Amino acid sequence: MTLFLQNLIAGLSTGSIYALVALGIALIYRSTRILNFAHGDIATGGTYMAFILLGMGWSFSPAFFIALLFGSLLAMSFYFIILVPAQRRDASPLGQITLTLGFGLILQGLVSYFGGTEPQSFPFPLSDIETYQLGEIYLNQLSVGTFIISIFGCILFYLLIQKTKLGLAMRATSENLQAAQTLGLPTRFILAVSWGMASLLGVVAGLFLAPALLLEPFFMLEPFLKGFSAAILGGLNSLPGAIAGGIILGVSEALAGTYISIAFKNTMAFIIIIIVLLVRPEGLLGKKFVERV
Amino acid sequence: MDLIENYREELKLVRKPMDRFWVFVLIIVALAFPWFAKEHVIYTATLIFIYGVGILGQNLLIGYTGQLSLGQAGFLAIGAFTFGHLTRLGAPWPLGLLLAGLMAGIFGIIVGIPSLRLKGPYLAIATLGFGIAVYQVFLNSEVLSGGRMGLNIPKLKPFFGLSPHVSNYYFNLVFIIIFSILTFNIISSYLGRTFIAIRDNDIAAEAIGVSLTRYKLLSFGISSFFTGIQGGLYCLFIGFLEPNMFTFAESTTLFVAVIIGGIASVEGSLMGAAFVILVPQLLSNYREMVPVIFGITIIFILIFEPLGLYGRWYKIRLYFRNWPFR
Repeated sequence: MTLFLQNLIAGLSTGSIYALVALGIALIYRSTRILNFAHGDIATGGTYMAFILLGMGWSFSPAFFIALLFGSLLAMSFYFIILVPAQRRDASPLGQITLTLGFGLILQGLVSYFGGTEPQSFPFPLSDIETYQLGEIYLNQLSVGTFIISIFGCILFYLLIQKTKLGLAMRATSENLQAAQTLGLPTRFILAVSWGMASLLGVVAGLFLAPALLLEPFFMLEPFLKGFSAAILGGLNSLPGAIAGGIILGVSEALAGTYISIAFKNTMAFIIIIIVLLVRPEGLLGKKFVERV
Repeated sequence: MDLIENYREELKLVRKPMDRFWVFVLIIVALAFPWFAKEHVIYTATLIFIYGVGILGQNLLIGYTGQLSLGQAGFLAIGAFTFGHLTRLGAPWPLGLLLAGLMAGIFGIIVGIPSLRLKGPYLAIATLGFGIAVYQVFLNSEVLSGGRMGLNIPKLKPFFGLSPHVSNYYFNLVFIIIFSILTFNIISSYLGRTFIAIRDNDIAAEAIGVSLTRYKLLSFGISSFFTGIQGGLYCLFIGFLEPNMFTFAESTTLFVAVIIGGIASVEGSLMGAAFVILVPQLLSNYREMVPVIFGITIIFILIFEPLGLYGRWYKIRLYFRNWPFR
């Protein structure tokens, strides 16, 4: 039982990170119908920004703030400089996905050029060695902090989407772009904000993953893929679905790693994608938007 | 495009006498190439031929059928390791290559069944996951990957008294010619027409009686078959296999080649293969910048020249053909 609870808590912590990544992917997919393959690379870019600033002797909070800002600026500039001209030239959905892939490649190369390909340890205010004891369960500081920040981030995000005027505009734009334009919403600005917000969530996930994993140019690839499968599990166009999907994926991964086999842990995400596509392609909480062929 | 008056003309591989002359010149140059070039240039050319086979297959899927696959490294790994293990068990290379291709094709259909039943980018995600899952399976299983030392496979024996480099060159030249002709024929047969119909308008294709799932799966299977053959040829050429050759970066390389070379063109696939092999060779001192070049080229091509290098070349040719006039 203790082992089960211990794994459950570890799963909740990683799951909340997956939820943040999935939230970013779902937000972009919902509003622009684009799968953002650069999501992981933007997060890596932001995290490296924080790493470089910390190396220059900045303290944690300004460095993290600049990193978040940098990540969202990257995504917004991608939207304005590359995506909008491509859309003006009638790029196909396939072409737009490819554009994000190309942007991801550029970021990958630049990060390895400026940051180096060696794995580095990332300084962080929370440590993963200090633990609290709760009954028979050990909680380490980092995973507790991760969980709290992720949940906090999700709640803030929920409030932003559901309770503010900007959130209303974002929902309207993703619901029906033409109607939103007709009503005079500045849709381009709103879409750019969506891209920025999504990448901000990605950078938060990156900042909390970097101390747990080692920092290297490809460290976000796997969490990004997991976030993808979490988003599919929850339904690609549903934001609550993304959170639920992330947490389910994290927990089931931790449990599968303990009770079945540790080698099974990483293929779990892929198996989940296949099962979801076979059984319920619109995901757990998604609306039936998927057209079957 | 050229004026075509009847169906037989449409099916011809080479349509004009002048084109026949240029194809003849090209083949002569390709045959005579090893007698002039240095050894590492021959090596590079051989790599281009090997990659060309897989990229032709990718182009059938991405360019002609309009489906996105980002996990080609997985099929490459399956083909290469199938070939490697069969060769070590004593199978001759033709059997090994055939089975490598078939194995990759079967896996392609297994991955395709769930994802191709849906519209949209689902295939991209499923294949992305598949590529990484295959990599991890090979990384974690010593029986499959040959452990830390990798898998050593006997290379191709030189034939006709040629040096190993030159015989490898001719061997792979034969393959790229066979597969180019095969691709041309697939495209101009009913199969290729079906693929193009699915890409251009799937609802219309379905209305005239095309089974979408079946032909998408077929396209995916064929492209995986090509990739498996590429894996086998690569294995025969390098003579050594380890899981780290088949990372996500390898998938993106194959994908980039299709986009840069030119969507839906056989010549473009070969140009794309040349691009992705030559750029890392030219930038060998700045290895980190290779993805940057790839990314920038992709973005430029998608925005300014959607038909890729082939489209640019075609326009240049058209300009000279109609020269004094515009």
